[in-house]
Amino acid sequence: MRYITPRKAAEGLGSAHEGTQHHWAMTVSAVALTVLTPLFMIVVARAIGLPHEQFLAYFGRPFPALITALFVIVGMVHFIKGTRIMIDDYFQGGTRKAAIIFSVIFGWAVIAAAVYALARMGLGAIVVV
Amino acid sequence: MADVNRGNRPLSPHLQVYRLPLAAITSIMTRITGHALVAGIVLIAWWLVAAVTSPGAFACADWVVRSWLGFIILTGSMWALWYHLLAGLRHLFYDAGYGLEIRQAERSSQALIAGSVLLAVLTLIIFFAF
Repeated sequence: MRYITPRKAAEGLGSAHEGTQHHWAMTVSAVALTVLTPLFMIVVARAIGLPHEQFLAYFGRPFPALITALFVIVGMVHFIKGTRIMIDDYFQGGTRKAAIIFSVIFGWAVIAAAVYALARMGLGAIVVV
Repeated sequence: MADVNRGNRPLSPHLQVYRLPLAAITSIMTRITGHALVAGIVLIAWWLVAAVTSPGAFACADWVVRSWLGFIILTGSMWALWYHLLAGLRHLFYDAGYGLEIRQAERSSQALIAGSVLLAVLTLIIFFAF
């Protein structure tokens, strides 16, 4: 009688020799984003049409700043991991490498830009309304 | 690996001559909406950075956000966000082992399309009403 399960034959045979961490990270960020997405829509909708001064004050407040920062960070990490799957599906060799590098750099650039802007708006002054 | 069936496996259908079922179309749309959302987030990130750059830079970005192009990008992103969110929820159910029967996948695909359009219209109504 063999005690080896079919899992033994399948283990480590994925293209990247891993995969559960990626899937789990997508699951966790997906759950977080189901909450963050409607909140972020409200934050953006309320910012549209504000004059410059009020726009700066608005994103200086904790709720719009925190929701925007969380949405952009969690969203772009989810984006980087999501594009990785698409790239792995459709591209090979050097093109695949270049696309993955571009996707990761692009994702973190968007995060850096948004967090920098939020920091400038939030740390300038404490606005008491 | 003697137990791996190497010969008699089903072949995937040729995509050009195969009419995709609704569940396949809604699944592909999940990927498309996810990637298309890049347009919305880049516009919003540019808007935020422009606000701390200079009044002139903000005026330019704000003009784009409030133009018809900005309206199309933001409204499209809003719908894509709702679609991707609902599709992601469905994926969580799939992962847990629910809704995998063909009939159920067809029903959830219809719900996905109807639900995302309904939520997008509701969002627009709420946005313009308040």
